[in-house]
Amino acid sequence: MRKLPEAVPHGSHKASPEHESAIKHVTGTAEYIDDMPEWPNTLHIATGHSEHARAKILSMDLSEVVKAPGVRDVITVDDVPGNPDISPVFHGDMLLARDEVQYVGQPVFAVAATSLEAAKRAVRLAKIEYEPLPAILHPKTSLAQQDFVLPTHTIARGDADKALSDAPLRTQGELYIRGQEHFYLEGQISLAIPTEDGGVHIHASSQHPAEVQKLAAQVLGVPIGLVQAETRRMGGGFGGKESQAAALSCMAAVFAVRNRCPAKYRMPRQDDMVQTGKRHDFWQRFDIGYDQQGQILGVDCELVGKCGCTADLSDGVVDRAMFHTDNAYYYPHARITGYRGKTHTVSNTAFRGFGGPKGVLLAEAMIEEVARKTGLDPLTVRKRNLYQGDRNTTPYGQKVDDEVLPELIQQLETSASYWARREAITEFNRNNSAFKKGLALTPVKFGISFTSKHLNQGGALLHIYTDGSVHVSHGGTEMGQGLYTKVAQITARALGIDYSRVRVASTRTDKVPNASPTAASAGTDLNGMAAFNAAKILRERLRDFAVKEYAIEPEDFSIENDLVHLGKNTMAFPDLVKAAYFARVSLSATGFYKTPRIGYDRKAAQGRPFLYFAHGAAVSEVLVDAFTGEYRVTRVDILHDVGHSLNPAIDIGQIEGAFVQGMGWLTTEELVWDDKGRILSNSPANYKIPTGADVPEAFHVALFDQPNREESIYRSKAVGEPPLMLAISVWSALRDACAAAADYHYAPPLAAPATPEQVFFSMEAARAYRADSTHRKESEHHDA
Amino acid sequence: MAKSVNILINNTSYELEGQAAHATLLQFVRQQAGLTGTKEGCASGDCGACTVLVRETESASPTFRSINACITPLHAVTGKQIFTVEHLSDGDTLHPAQAAMVACHGSQCGYCTPGFVMSLAALHENAKGHDEPPLREAICEAISGNLCRCTGYRPIIEAGLKMPQFGEHALEVGNIELSNTASEAGHASYARPRSEHELQAAMRALPNAVLVAGGTDLWLEVTQRYTPFEQVIDLSEIPSLTCITENEDNLVLGAAVRYAQLETRFKSIPAIHALLSRIASRQIRNRGTIGGNIVNASPIADLPPLLLCLDAELELIDDEGQARRIALEDFYQGYKQTALAENEYLARIHIPKTQLDDTLHCFKISKRFEDDISSVMLAVRIASSTESDKADTVRVAVGGMAATPLRLPQVEAALKGTDIGNPDSLARAKEALQSLQPLDDVRASAAYRMAMAQALLEKAWRAGRATPLSIWSPETEGDRHHA
Repeated sequence: MRKLPEAVPHGSHKASPEHESAIKHVTGTAEYIDDMPEWPNTLHIATGHSEHARAKILSMDLSEVVKAPGVRDVITVDDVPGNPDISPVFHGDMLLARDEVQYVGQPVFAVAATSLEAAKRAVRLAKIEYEPLPAILHPKTSLAQQDFVLPTHTIARGDADKALSDAPLRTQGELYIRGQEHFYLEGQISLAIPTEDGGVHIHASSQHPAEVQKLAAQVLGVPIGLVQAETRRMGGGFGGKESQAAALSCMAAVFAVRNRCPAKYRMPRQDDMVQTGKRHDFWQRFDIGYDQQGQILGVDCELVGKCGCTADLSDGVVDRAMFHTDNAYYYPHARITGYRGKTHTVSNTAFRGFGGPKGVLLAEAMIEEVARKTGLDPLTVRKRNLYQGDRNTTPYGQKVDDEVLPELIQQLETSASYWARREAITEFNRNNSAFKKGLALTPVKFGISFTSKHLNQGGALLHIYTDGSVHVSHGGTEMGQGLYTKVAQITARALGIDYSRVRVASTRTDKVPNASPTAASAGTDLNGMAAFNAAKILRERLRDFAVKEYAIEPEDFSIENDLVHLGKNTMAFPDLVKAAYFARVSLSATGFYKTPRIGYDRKAAQGRPFLYFAHGAAVSEVLVDAFTGEYRVTRVDILHDVGHSLNPAIDIGQIEGAFVQGMGWLTTEELVWDDKGRILSNSPANYKIPTGADVPEAFHVALFDQPNREESIYRSKAVGEPPLMLAISVWSALRDACAAAADYHYAPPLAAPATPEQVFFSMEAARAYRADSTHRKESEHHDA
Repeated sequence: MAKSVNILINNTSYELEGQAAHATLLQFVRQQAGLTGTKEGCASGDCGACTVLVRETESASPTFRSINACITPLHAVTGKQIFTVEHLSDGDTLHPAQAAMVACHGSQCGYCTPGFVMSLAALHENAKGHDEPPLREAICEAISGNLCRCTGYRPIIEAGLKMPQFGEHALEVGNIELSNTASEAGHASYARPRSEHELQAAMRALPNAVLVAGGTDLWLEVTQRYTPFEQVIDLSEIPSLTCITENEDNLVLGAAVRYAQLETRFKSIPAIHALLSRIASRQIRNRGTIGGNIVNASPIADLPPLLLCLDAELELIDDEGQARRIALEDFYQGYKQTALAENEYLARIHIPKTQLDDTLHCFKISKRFEDDISSVMLAVRIASSTESDKADTVRVAVGGMAATPLRLPQVEAALKGTDIGNPDSLARAKEALQSLQPLDDVRASAAYRMAMAQALLEKAWRAGRATPLSIWSPETEGDRHHA
């Protein structure tokens, strides 16, 4: 470089800069993969699907498919040059089925054509003969047949059996919780462009480009270094593009290399809803012992995850469900068993919360049983059992020692006037049989770190250019959660410069290698810390240069508010950078971070899987039509712990968005399958995520502003997943309204999701209980 | 004979030469015009990521209609001006809908954002000249067909409320005039007759053609099943099918009257207006038609139960111009089967005007309040003289309770002539309901549907002439704000 450019001007600092792409979003200029210009020779991919839940493939005649208009290439598993098993962790996820299909919708062959429409029309012409085999469609059956995708794991403390048999009160029950479709607005998509040396460059809508790279290399049979994957942004991920995105990239890579042209695989919405994994259904049994004061004495819980036909990420999902079966409550004696049920359905996968919500919902459902049996308010029971004082060790041995929740709940019950409203609602319900109101405050305590220890690492690559502009790459991906914005803020703050100088580049496997998925809410914790460490290195290099160049003491050097301080003198940041450049100082560095002090001993089922816990609580109120089960959420108050917030606007956006997504999971979003293993809820016409009108006008979200006790990035806390579980307050409020029909003496069963239909039947159960007990009382009188 | 046809997208005119009859507006906007700000989220009109605006030139207001480009036949909008998100801002000056969305942190992943921005922009532009800022209800209504999976909607609704504070910048409509000929029947395989006479001729000339009005259901054949329609006849430019008229006895609704027109016409009848506002979304109501809802013959269509209660009659006309009348009751013959002959079209729906003065109750049960298909629909009409409590006439019709929308004469008979609210007649009516065999599917179980038909009938009967309370009526919430 011979002549250096002028310095870039910088803008003002904001506490909550808007999302780095906000203006591009609203003007339609933010580019998603389907928006990228297409070469005229681009091939479009579609796959032919299994129509059976489980069957042997007897024969496959694809001759008509090959001849169909526009078709350029057709492949089966035998045409995959490398290893077609694209499992993320274990094995069994085949790019295309070989001899046996394991779920309805499983791809058995693939077509590349001149347009998506041509490819879709062609796949219908296949003639495939199957021999249907017996299929398992329900986790109950998996348990009965002991058919699991992975071994069972148990976490235990004390003597649960004895505690239960000694307990003055004891309740047993079960709960079936349905899964959830991710419904990211941008469907799964990947575009592969062949490179000159036999590899591919992949544009993937993926939360895990490093895995896309690794698996594409594996199916092509080439070294990882010949494949590069890139993700600028996703139109939503929510866990659905953690492992599931890889199949599309692998398929596109195979076609791109075979045909030496770009290949695009964009899944139409219905294919996406049929072919890709979802949140697991869970079938759960519980046995809880407690006393008249509502203190829990022991629990025995069995959790059976509906994993689908392969392991995918189910080990971690079921583990996390088990780690959260306590939610925020101390169980002196506990046995928690997690089964990985095999079913001949699509392999279920990560979804915001990653099993955690199943454990938390079970805990809250058990609390309600205790409350109705003891006649205590559910909030009283919740507070009585919170981790506190020396009752602060989880069943798996990790201490909950920061005691955030007791104070947080205290604040929220006051600000949301819980007790006054409880009184008014009880009065309303006493005088009203046509309508019932419900109220619930539920907390969440969510463990932060990947439970697979090795994934707890982050990397960043930082460049400072001679005009003072800064470019940072990191291993995390942007799916709307504001990670790029936060990393830019962190980088600017760590360097002492203005935010406007920093650009976060598209996530690429050739910038930061071997990156972990952007998941487990850990994106900012890991990548933000890595960017911070890179900035620290460059800041120190600049300091060392300045100390020599300007003959100052190291402590006289600082960069604050975009100005370099050299003792009494100051200089502009770009001027320092230019001087360092001329003095041949390297202005590029990588940063790395690994989470300290974590580790879980699976054999002993003891340890510290999480660096820390994030907390929150929500109060929801509902109004229910007692004769139809229709309902409306009328008010929500949330107080949530994000440590010291890096960006309050983004954090509140995560809390609100997670809450409404969780509310959808527990209210209107119902995954329905038929007895042949076909999913019936296969389109947004029959699978209903919330709309604007479902969100109450009275929706108050506040941040519990206390620093993280652990040394996280600027003492912030992860925020992506934990608030999803705050929506359990809506489910609990609905159940509360139904319980009102039994004068709160009975916790009526309520399925999840609590659709109007389910609320109606729960209300019916409560009414039947009441009629029954009135009848019982009357006959007792009679007998007396 | 193919004439040159064109379409105005923003301020650029495009020729549609060579575009297939089944092409969609979204495909053209993204692939031919290269305007990729408009997204495909579902290709079924359910998510709104593809929302664009069509400029309405005939009427004074509203001026801009939001529509789903994904299921809008491309040739249906020839001769019209379409606005996409690319056109909203003026250089660096954002449209108030955009500026408010940025200021309120209304986008996260951004994929749904252009659709929301367009829906809000339509609301903003159509409100020009009104001093009132938009109400929360109006905003929710405007975005009822837009799904967001990231934000939880709160900041988007806030952006809608704050839009008026973000300056005066307006949508630039330009001054390019499309010639009249451009919107005439100009495509060999996509006919757009301008009169019923032309329609009949087109039906004779293209006997295999599908008839389309709004296309909000039919075009899913194209986008979901990849069925290429070779020949299409579009009814939306025929004035006698797109207008609402009255004669001495009847209100006459053209078959291609859009839900949006019905919303205006029935503003004064709350039961009907409330039902209309729950049919699909703003975008769908801006294109979907009453005729489509009837002829589609879905057992869970929203309007047929109401129309059955109103004793509606259908006017069917064949390709030679021969007309006949049939009661709606007799029109449905089985699952997705109607009395419409191959060579006939539905021209008009005739509703006796006096029925509109009777007490009407319409109930719709669905999993989600907005933009959902009903699991159960129940409509009731009760006529009584003002002095008496006796129900002189009762009509009850249901959806979701059989293979077709159904009028229930036995239920009516149980109630007719008894005092409104009489529990004995209600018990008999509920018993009569028991003979039905409701659907059992993804939307609801048969048991729930049966329970709902009974509960809703009871609600209607008990309410009598009053409006039944619902969880959506503010009175029900009562003392919510005591704290």
